[in-house]
Amino acid sequence: MTKEQYYSLLTRRMILIVMLVSFAPLVLIMGLTGYNFHTSYKNKVIDHLEEIVRKHKQHVDDFLMEKLADLNVLASSFSPEVLSQEKFLQELLGHLRKGGGGTFSDLGLVDEQGIQVAYAGPFNLGRANYMAAEWFIESKRSSYYISDVFLGLRGIPHFVIAVKKDWQGRQWIFRATIDFDSFNRLVENIHIGKTGMAFIISKAGAFQTKPRMDIRAEKDMLLDFIRKQKIGTEGKPPKEDRLDAPILAQNNFAAGDVLVVSPDQQPLNQHMIYFISPLKNGEWFLIYRQDEGDAFSDLYRARTLAFGIFLLGGLVITVTAFLLSKRMVNRIARADREKEMMNEQVIETGKLASLGELAAGIAHEINNPVAIMVEEAGWIQDMLEADEFKQSEDYEEMQRAVNQIRTQGGRCKEITHKLLSFARRTDPAVKEVQLNSMVNEMADFSEQRAKYSNVVFQLDLAPDIPPIAASPSEIQQVLLNFVNNAIDAMNEKGGVLTMTTRRENDFIVLNVSDTGQGIPQANLQRIFDPFFTTKPVGKGTGLGLSICYGIIEKMGGRISVNSAVGVGTTFHIHLPVVREEDDEEEEPQADSATYTYFD
Amino acid sequence: MNKTLVLLVDDEVPFVETMSKRLTKRELDVLTAFSGPEALKQLDEHPDVDVAVLGVKMPGMDGIETLREIKRLHPSVEVVMLTGYGTIESAIDGMKQGAFDFMVKPCDMDLLMNKIKEAKNKKTQHEQKIIEAKNLEIILRKGN
Repeated sequence: MTKEQYYSLLTRRMILIVMLVSFAPLVLIMGLTGYNFHTSYKNKVIDHLEEIVRKHKQHVDDFLMEKLADLNVLASSFSPEVLSQEKFLQELLGHLRKGGGGTFSDLGLVDEQGIQVAYAGPFNLGRANYMAAEWFIESKRSSYYISDVFLGLRGIPHFVIAVKKDWQGRQWIFRATIDFDSFNRLVENIHIGKTGMAFIISKAGAFQTKPRMDIRAEKDMLLDFIRKQKIGTEGKPPKEDRLDAPILAQNNFAAGDVLVVSPDQQPLNQHMIYFISPLKNGEWFLIYRQDEGDAFSDLYRARTLAFGIFLLGGLVITVTAFLLSKRMVNRIARADREKEMMNEQVIETGKLASLGELAAGIAHEINNPVAIMVEEAGWIQDMLEADEFKQSEDYEEMQRAVNQIRTQGGRCKEITHKLLSFARRTDPAVKEVQLNSMVNEMADFSEQRAKYSNVVFQLDLAPDIPPIAASPSEIQQVLLNFVNNAIDAMNEKGGVLTMTTRRENDFIVLNVSDTGQGIPQANLQRIFDPFFTTKPVGKGTGLGLSICYGIIEKMGGRISVNSAVGVGTTFHIHLPVVREEDDEEEEPQADSATYTYFD
Repeated sequence: MNKTLVLLVDDEVPFVETMSKRLTKRELDVLTAFSGPEALKQLDEHPDVDVAVLGVKMPGMDGIETLREIKRLHPSVEVVMLTGYGTIESAIDGMKQGAFDFMVKPCDMDLLMNKIKEAKNKKTQHEQKIIEAKNLEIILRKGN
């Protein structure tokens, strides 16, 4: 698995985990509260509507019972002779209208042949024959009767309430007509939301009130449904009942039997909610209907809002998870790179230390034979001082040869001393370091390599610059890196490698310039990145400058670079000078620091 | 003035032998030893050694250890340490332990001769001071 694949997998996993951890409680809470809210709110709305319907049903039933009771009182209180006096009947109607708000349209007394013997009302219905009228036939069968709404002789919608009375062996029907409009108002004012409305329909399918909307299409289905559900059959009173029994007691209307029909329970109308309640002993039905969306509009609005918030929250969580994971993985990648770099640095330092030990070993071992050679040459020179040799014609030549041996011995000594000086500096401990000495040594050390690359060293070191606090081995590593890079940059044509030092406030500024090929602008920003190299594969790790950068940063210094393609490159290295109070603190160790560069 | 007696100590036999010849040619009496114990033995046998030229790096008992022993057993003997560049710290350590000076190998004969002379002078002065002190002690005792 490549690093990119690994980090991409890590990112995906982190996104997944963050999203899972964030979404799981959110979905759970949303689901639970949503479900509970949904259920309880729906129940609340249904309960509310059910209560309204129940009250209206009660209201209508009470209305009918009240009218029936009024009529029954009159029929029981007065004899047919009295009631058959139209003037008296007119008076009674007047009283009833006053008390009942005009719900009674007219009054009439009908004999057993269906002839209306007396009539009080706005129509001319005196002596009208109701023998064939349905209400008359039904009225004769029972002690009281409430008809469906019909047009009748007058040609306008109304319904009849009739009470049957036996008087001296003859049956009399005392009847009243209820004003349709005032009855209609009882249910018409149930008007909730935009679509909520109520109406009364008879078992046979005749509308007993005027629906606010055209619902003829639903009528048959509704009746079919009512029949199948057997609504209202339980409350039906016995067919034959006694006239003297209290009317209200005879009514066996179930007070609370409102059937709620939600859309999923019925095939009527998939978007409607119905409340069906039987009236008048199951002869009529009070039906309230409302569009479900309208009835639960607040709930649906809240649901849409919650869903919107959920979506938005989800989007925020997703974006956050993505960004967070990306950022964290970037940090992990950076930490990994730094760790890798540190490991490389440790390896590099280790390599340098091993190299130092090797160099020290070689230098020491060579130094002893060289010392012997020089001694032997000295001894030869001593012997040449004898007269016998002085007179020899080769004396001069022998002297020159011996001197040459001593000179070259001295050169070997210098080389081994430089090697040893280089090798000794593998200690990472921070000491006071004279930068100029280190620069000089590095120039000496790299001189041979520079010579082969046609590079000339030019040093311009400010005298008397204060020491810096650094690990000599690290400074050596930094200098070696810059010098090597500069020589590499000029490898093709040769050039001048300039190293200058000067003090600038609390910093020593070391400039390392070459007259090489320069660094293109695109690469300039990346040269301190780990593993960035323009050298051929195997020639450079791309760590040199990044390690230098790390070392200098660690010391509290900084590094910058100027470069022009074809002109050359200059690195500016700012290294903090040792503060005076540090000097004082370190005074007892000054001996060792001074001796470090004994030469 | 008596001839200076020098003890040359180093594990490099040819180096010691050649240097011995060169010092002898410069009218010094030279004893040689190729290890620390051998040097101590020589000093036991020749307590009149003036200056010891002592290599720092030697197998077994090294120069510093040998120096410590010389200074303990023969405090009047002056020691010039001889070192390769890599063991300068040891040489400095040696000086702290009482060595007269140190030189880096390969060393210039004239410089070495000067160092030996200076060491001899120091030793002579030191011995004279001891004699004077002893004399003073005798006078003081007689006076008592």
